[in-house]
Amino acid sequence: MEINLNRLKAFREFIMLIILVLIAGILCILSPAFADFKNFINIFKQASINGILATGMMCVILTGGFDLSVGSIVGFTGVIAALFAQGNQPIAAPVTLAVMSGLAIGLVNGACIAYLSIPAFVVTLGTQSIVRGLAYLASGGIPIFGVSKAYEKIAGGLMFNFVPFLVIYYLLIVAVFGFILSKTVYGRRIYVVGGNETAAEVSGINVKLIKTSVYGICGLLAGVAGCLLTSRTISGTPVTGQGYELDAIAAVVIGGISLEGGAGKWYGSMIGALMLAVISNGLDIMRVPSYYQLLLKGIIIIGAVFLDVQSKKKQA
Amino acid sequence: MENVILRFEDISKSFSGNKVLHDVSFDLHEGEVHTLMGENGSGKSTLMKILMGIYRRDGGVIRLYDKDVVFSNPAQALANGIAMIHQELSPVMDMEIAENIFVGREIKKRGFLADIREMRKKAKLLLAQFSLDLAPETLMRDLSVGQCQLVEIIKAVSCNAKIIIMDEPTSAITENEVEVLFSQIRRLRSQGVSMIYISHKMEEIFKISDRITVLRDGHYIGTESASALAPGTLIKMMVGRELSEAFPKKNVPLGETILRVKNLSYGNKVRDVSFELRRGEILGIAGLIGAGRSELAETIFGLRKKTGGTVELNGKAVSIKRPADSIRQGLALITEDRKYTGLNLAGTVGGNITVVSIRLLTKFGLLNRGNENRCARNYVQKLSIKTPNIETPVLSLSGGNQQKVVISKWLVGNPDLIIMDEPTRGIDVGAKRDIYLLMGELAEAGKAVIMISSEMPELIGMCDRIIVLAEGKITGEFLGPGYSQEKIMWCASGMSAAAQG
Repeated sequence: MEINLNRLKAFREFIMLIILVLIAGILCILSPAFADFKNFINIFKQASINGILATGMMCVILTGGFDLSVGSIVGFTGVIAALFAQGNQPIAAPVTLAVMSGLAIGLVNGACIAYLSIPAFVVTLGTQSIVRGLAYLASGGIPIFGVSKAYEKIAGGLMFNFVPFLVIYYLLIVAVFGFILSKTVYGRRIYVVGGNETAAEVSGINVKLIKTSVYGICGLLAGVAGCLLTSRTISGTPVTGQGYELDAIAAVVIGGISLEGGAGKWYGSMIGALMLAVISNGLDIMRVPSYYQLLLKGIIIIGAVFLDVQSKKKQA
Repeated sequence: MENVILRFEDISKSFSGNKVLHDVSFDLHEGEVHTLMGENGSGKSTLMKILMGIYRRDGGVIRLYDKDVVFSNPAQALANGIAMIHQELSPVMDMEIAENIFVGREIKKRGFLADIREMRKKAKLLLAQFSLDLAPETLMRDLSVGQCQLVEIIKAVSCNAKIIIMDEPTSAITENEVEVLFSQIRRLRSQGVSMIYISHKMEEIFKISDRITVLRDGHYIGTESASALAPGTLIKMMVGRELSEAFPKKNVPLGETILRVKNLSYGNKVRDVSFELRRGEILGIAGLIGAGRSELAETIFGLRKKTGGTVELNGKAVSIKRPADSIRQGLALITEDRKYTGLNLAGTVGGNITVVSIRLLTKFGLLNRGNENRCARNYVQKLSIKTPNIETPVLSLSGGNQQKVVISKWLVGNPDLIIMDEPTRGIDVGAKRDIYLLMGELAEAGKAVIMISSEMPELIGMCDRIIVLAEGKITGEFLGPGYSQEKIMWCASGMSAAAQG
């Protein structure tokens, strides 16, 4: 048992990737429909919205925080985008407004947490409710239709006639944030803040600014997700995004990012998001009732954290 | 012959193939204070954790009153009269003293109701026994570290513990509290309680111990009676070699003034402090815990916002608002508590070494693995940090090596003024000496060093000059060599040098 756990530790960074490949492999054998190349692209498409949210969530969780308001931000920014994408208006206005309002909400979250020292749980629980309220107010409580054709193309289009733009956006975002987290000083500092906030402060790192910024990133990416969802569904609905924050947190946790902050690989959230998509897609294809998917999702989340805790125990 | 109460026979233990205890045997007499000594990583804590049932041993026997015992958890050990007081206490802060003493074995009435009145009554008696002038209703939060420790000991005694293990009980308490602790230890000893005492502090070990057992690298080296043992011999037993001199102080000619602090204040913690420091100088700051030494360092460094006064560096007034400013000005602050303020415990050895000066190691503004690894390896070698490699989690290093990592991370940026707050706390003799040597090298290179320490011998041994703080104010300044420890203590207790005549 001891040896097994030691090996687990060494493979920890890859273990979720291995499990992902294993599950996908088993599904391929069980169902030819799953193994189809088009289905793989479909899986990426299904993973992309949650994946974009999980990328932002990962930045926040790496600093040792979390953000419960992203689902509401998706709803609100989606409504904003739909309101400004009516008729023949150019797409720049709705996109900019939605993304910037996401960023602004995120920065408010971050400032309250970093500068006013209110716990992240309380702040983001509060903004979750506030922003959802704003979504209802902005939309009058009803879905907004009438989104322009051009706007519809943003997420609805295909590259080379088979890769959805949605997937391209997602991969771009993963690449950009992977680069930031692994190659820049700023990225390194995100990890240090999560690893030991006080030591970071003493080491000359502006902890408050870094903390504020990651919530900004999280809000901004939620804005992007809101934008894309409105394009995909050709409408902005104030109820959109409820519970999305938990799926994003689930993806991050499954991806091996430590909830205590400071540890985890940049591609972790992508593995988590793909894992959730593979399971839901595979079980759908095999006509397993979605109730079972819920059970499996829960088991995987707990299992992933169990591995994390085990590896820490061995280190100490 | 003395009454043997507890005997370790050939205890061995490995962690993932790495043997940390090699057939260790020794015994504990009834009513003695038995000190267990050894460098960090020598196996003291592991041995004690085996006794308490926290770890399982691979081989050997533990005999309690001539009976083989194996405990599978601390509660079992306690039920058999063995209690351990850990270095880092973890009292329930928002509970009363009484509740803390009886936590886990609450006095009940009608079978399930907690009888707080009865607990307070009993606690009051116990507190009086220990001549502690505290109400049993006092919250743990309102006690000093030393008082918390005594409450822990009271708890052990009230459980009828016959053997009490104390792991570095004096590492965080004031000199007066040490005296109170020692008088209680002596009282318990006279009642036949045996104590295993773990500490790094030479002076105090000779003061309190009856016998001393030394471990080195998991091997039993020997047991001697404290009165028959010379400190030099003890150090030799611990490190396996003779240290030529405890404090390798170099004589360095002093250069120009680098730091001038004028009337610096931080609330009532630092009051109107003025001093100067020259290149090549090692300045000691002495004082009791709570005298404002750390606060002074942190105010200079910009971790705390000064409420008055000025700081001049190299003859120019500087405005330091946050640590980033002082780092840019060539300052470094090696903080007191490496776990809390020094290390990123989730990080690797290499990551910790490069964290302060990461910008110096970038290429085109991007992180560069090659530069970082070279830098980290360089310091691992330079400070002889014992680590398998630079990717090792810093958490798995011993205390002394962790401290060297903290020092490294500050040296990477090549600072001119290095403030070290308790740089040798809780680390072994060998690592201490390495740090002293390094301080000398820094002074020789024309840098200035400020050393804050609670250990008088190292201040006296290493510093060119010592200033003493009491209640935030400078109460004395002494020029070495040839310090009078007594006079420094006077000043530390709040009497000014002048008042002593």
